[in-house]
Amino acid sequence: MALIEARELSRIYSLDAGRVVALDRIDLDIDAGDMVAIMGPSGSGKSTLMNLIGCLDKPTGGSYRLDGVMVDRLDANGLAKLRNQKIGFVFQQFNLLPRADAATNAELPMLYAGLDRKARRRRALDALARVGLADRWHHRPMQLSGGQQQRVAIARALVNDPRLLLADEPTGALDSKTALDILALFQKLNREGMTVVIVTHDPEVARHARRVVRFRDGRIISDERQEPVRAEDGLKELQAETAA
Amino acid sequence: MSLMEALRSALQAITANALRSVLTMLGIIIGVAAVIAMVAIGSGAKARVNDQIRSLGANLAIISAGNVQVGGVRLGIGASSSLTDEDARAIKREIEGVEAAAPFIRGQAQAIYQGTNWSTAIQAVDNDFFVAREWDMASGRGFDPEELRRGEIVAILGQTVARTLFGSDDPLDQIVRVRNTPFKVIGVAASKGQSAFGQDQDDIIFVPLETGRRRIMGRNYAKDRSVASVFVKFEQEATMVHGIGEIRALLRQRHRLAEDAEDDFTVRNLTEIANTATASARTLSFLLAAVAAVSLLVGGIGIMNIMLVSVTERTREIGLRLAVGARPRDVLSQFLIEATTLASIGGALGVALGLGIAVVIARTAGWPVLVSLESVLIAVGVSGLVGVFFGFYPARRAAKLDPIEALRRE
Repeated sequence: MALIEARELSRIYSLDAGRVVALDRIDLDIDAGDMVAIMGPSGSGKSTLMNLIGCLDKPTGGSYRLDGVMVDRLDANGLAKLRNQKIGFVFQQFNLLPRADAATNAELPMLYAGLDRKARRRRALDALARVGLADRWHHRPMQLSGGQQQRVAIARALVNDPRLLLADEPTGALDSKTALDILALFQKLNREGMTVVIVTHDPEVARHARRVVRFRDGRIISDERQEPVRAEDGLKELQAETAA
Repeated sequence: MSLMEALRSALQAITANALRSVLTMLGIIIGVAAVIAMVAIGSGAKARVNDQIRSLGANLAIISAGNVQVGGVRLGIGASSSLTDEDARAIKREIEGVEAAAPFIRGQAQAIYQGTNWSTAIQAVDNDFFVAREWDMASGRGFDPEELRRGEIVAILGQTVARTLFGSDDPLDQIVRVRNTPFKVIGVAASKGQSAFGQDQDDIIFVPLETGRRRIMGRNYAKDRSVASVFVKFEQEATMVHGIGEIRALLRQRHRLAEDAEDDFTVRNLTEIANTATASARTLSFLLAAVAAVSLLVGGIGIMNIMLVSVTERTREIGLRLAVGARPRDVLSQFLIEATTLASIGGALGVALGLGIAVVIARTAGWPVLVSLESVLIAVGVSGLVGVFFGFYPARRAAKLDPIEALRRE
């Protein structure tokens, strides 16, 4: 059974100007342990799909199962719980709380999982170590670089041991070297068994995935597996260039 | 999220924008401070008035001679000598529930002791007077029945007179001259302080009723055993109104007044006057409550306003919290707790400020400061409720945000 099972999934917006079909009866399965890039220009339906996969929105038609749970039957509280337990979100703009330090930011999802203070702090520090920021736990976002901020956000996504890491243009606000750092981190997490879905319009990012699903006008236009480019290789190349 | 954690994060949010938070609280601070200060001062003043009224004596009525008509001219209280000490004795004997009936005459005279002299009130009384006024001796003794009956030349000094004439010396057994009569001091009365009308009640010399009548007050009172007034003390407040009615009937009968004649005396129920004062204090409290309600309303609207701003400013944060698993009611309680904390802190600061103002004013005016724990708790509690009430709408708006929209907001 796939981790993500979408059948005839539709999302239609009823606006004053009329109906907009953002997603048109798509079928999509994503297996656990895969690393998938969802691509397409803006308006292609990829963001709509991300919102549906991320349980932030409900479909107007079809069905969606996440890890065996029928998502379209859940109410707002059920969706919140599912997001909390099964999904780790990574955003383009990091969305860190500016006044809280790295550890407190990473603790946020556990606040709603009902963990006590000690357990939260321990798991947050573990997650920060996993993304290579063990020594920066007391820094505030302002005191961290863009790449480091995104790592804090990834640590936050990991703390509840989700089944799925869902990243929305995770490298969109970063320079190319830092972007490679982050992609290398995603690949490392994927090798450790995490299912990763990256929504992007950037082909350079998509090259690092095992599978690329392309969208246009609310439909899937291609779905290919590929041999992913290793982000570490790209970093070495960059280093060689700067050395030369 | 536990309540403690919610409180901590609320405090963080409040201190993050300290100036704005304080300005927001200002409405509640001022409202609560005003009420606490007014209540403290008001109850202090009320306590003082009550003390003064009590110093007069509880369950007291005063009967004054007068209010007679002489050929169409109505004369005021004390204008006639219609009241006698026989009347007083009859009241005590025949009216049920009367503990003491104290006839007295009052005059003014110069008191001389050696080289010092002092103009003071002379009050001719019997021992019932000290019962009625609940007035004890500080030293010495009261009049004995023989002294009263024979009209002996003895006196009891009030504290002010004793201090003025004798300084630190002991006045007992000394001779004070009043109207050329040498009075032997047999006692000094305890201090009564100021009366409700600001008079020094201790500026007085008591002499036996008979003595005063013969030697000090002049001929008006010398005949007919007449007195100016009678204090009547009842055992219970409940029987006063009925008792006063009976006294009136008794006196009319004793004075042989015709059916259609007016009373030749006046009865005033002093306890009733005290109750009226208390009632007007209660009216004042209602007024204060209204002022409090208005200022809390204004303060609450201020909090609602700033919470709405806060929700707008933190839309992305709310979106993030929803995305990582906050339920709508988690967001609702977060903002509700924030508003309530804000309002409660405002209430607490208001109490502190109000107490400060009350202490300063009370010190200046020489009143006692009376602040009940309840009024403090009520002030803070009501402020918190204002926070809940006015925080609810902004909090609901936050909780109803769509996470997708919220995350997209710049």
